[in-house]
Amino acid sequence: MTASPANFFRGLGHRVNNGIWHLGFASRFFLAILMHSGMAFRRFHLTIREIYSTGVMSLIVILVSGLFVGMVLGLQGYDTLQRYGSSEALGVLVALSLVRELGPVIAGLLFASRAGSAITAEIGLMKATEQLSAMEMMAVNPIARVVAPRFWGGVISMPLLAALFSAMGIFGGYLVGVLLIGVDEGSFWSQMQASVDFREDIVNGVIKSFVFGILVSLIAVFEGYDSEPTAEGVSSATTRTVVTSSLVILFADFILTALMFRG
Amino acid sequence: MTRTTLDLWVGFFVSMGILALIFLALKVGNLGGSNLSEPYQLTARFDNVGSLKVRAPVKSSGVVVGRVGAISFDMATYEAQVTLNIDGRYQFPTDTFPKILTSGLLGEQYIGLAVGGDEKMLHGGDTISKTQSAIVIEELIGQFLFNKASEGGTQ
Repeated sequence: MTASPANFFRGLGHRVNNGIWHLGFASRFFLAILMHSGMAFRRFHLTIREIYSTGVMSLIVILVSGLFVGMVLGLQGYDTLQRYGSSEALGVLVALSLVRELGPVIAGLLFASRAGSAITAEIGLMKATEQLSAMEMMAVNPIARVVAPRFWGGVISMPLLAALFSAMGIFGGYLVGVLLIGVDEGSFWSQMQASVDFREDIVNGVIKSFVFGILVSLIAVFEGYDSEPTAEGVSSATTRTVVTSSLVILFADFILTALMFRG
Repeated sequence: MTRTTLDLWVGFFVSMGILALIFLALKVGNLGGSNLSEPYQLTARFDNVGSLKVRAPVKSSGVVVGRVGAISFDMATYEAQVTLNIDGRYQFPTDTFPKILTSGLLGEQYIGLAVGGDEKMLHGGDTISKTQSAIVIEELIGQFLFNKASEGGTQ
């Protein structure tokens, strides 16, 4: 077993190499999407169709999970806050945690698993059935015709979904906090309005969701485009999309939070 | 035919998203209502501002009449210099007395304006130097111990 350390390092080197190669290819791919996105806006119905399949089809899961996350926040927040006799601050707790963190992050994770995986599978299958090559044969650039509309559809949908998630969550917190537990309605809303700043909290949350939208859409289209054109390759690319986007969302969230809310 | 229903759904989705953003901005955040109309600036000097923050409310009789615009340190007097943006609808006499107060036991700090009786009014750019600083708990304890010690000495 003298070869095993050598094999280990060979494997390690191979993985690092592969990762850097992927990253470079993804960056080049991103630039290519940006350069060929003219068609996605000129023929906007292509993008609208993608907004339908990513945004509208994710609506139910986003709204329902937003409602339940808000309701759970209401219950848990009340339980902790009433120990310090400040249960009126429930609105602040629910709104700030949703608008700043949970809205963009959970909506991003749901978006990656609901829409990102679908995009990867679709593009991967198109590659496996050689539809992309056929397009190239007909002098249609597949990046402009297939990839860019899906990318922009995701980028447009994601901030709207995150805003809907936060709004629904705050409604859920209101349902549990005010209607079920009986926190005073006036102080629930007024303390929330006093503590949530438009520029500091809401705009930063929207920026976060926008960044997550770019990242998830890019990873989804890239993994689909990069997948091996076999049934197995498409399935592993779909898995990679969900895993990589989830990790990237959480990592980017840490970076963005550190940049935005350090003051 | 199918494209029109699709457009309808996408339009519905986008308008719902924008409505959610407006809801967040107006109902949850403080975009509506808190904008000061034609604010003018006053400067107040404090020995100690405690943990007063920029954008903290300025209240008189509990009503928000302005917001803290900037907090800086004045090297000439070694005092904190706080810029107050006061709503143009409200005028205050020149002997108004700003105090740094705390809302609740653990709440945030804000500036309370105790209104004086002077007939002259403050104008934009004026400086108020008669102020009351934030209460620092260590100084309070120190004072209390000092008083106790001096009581013990006289007995």
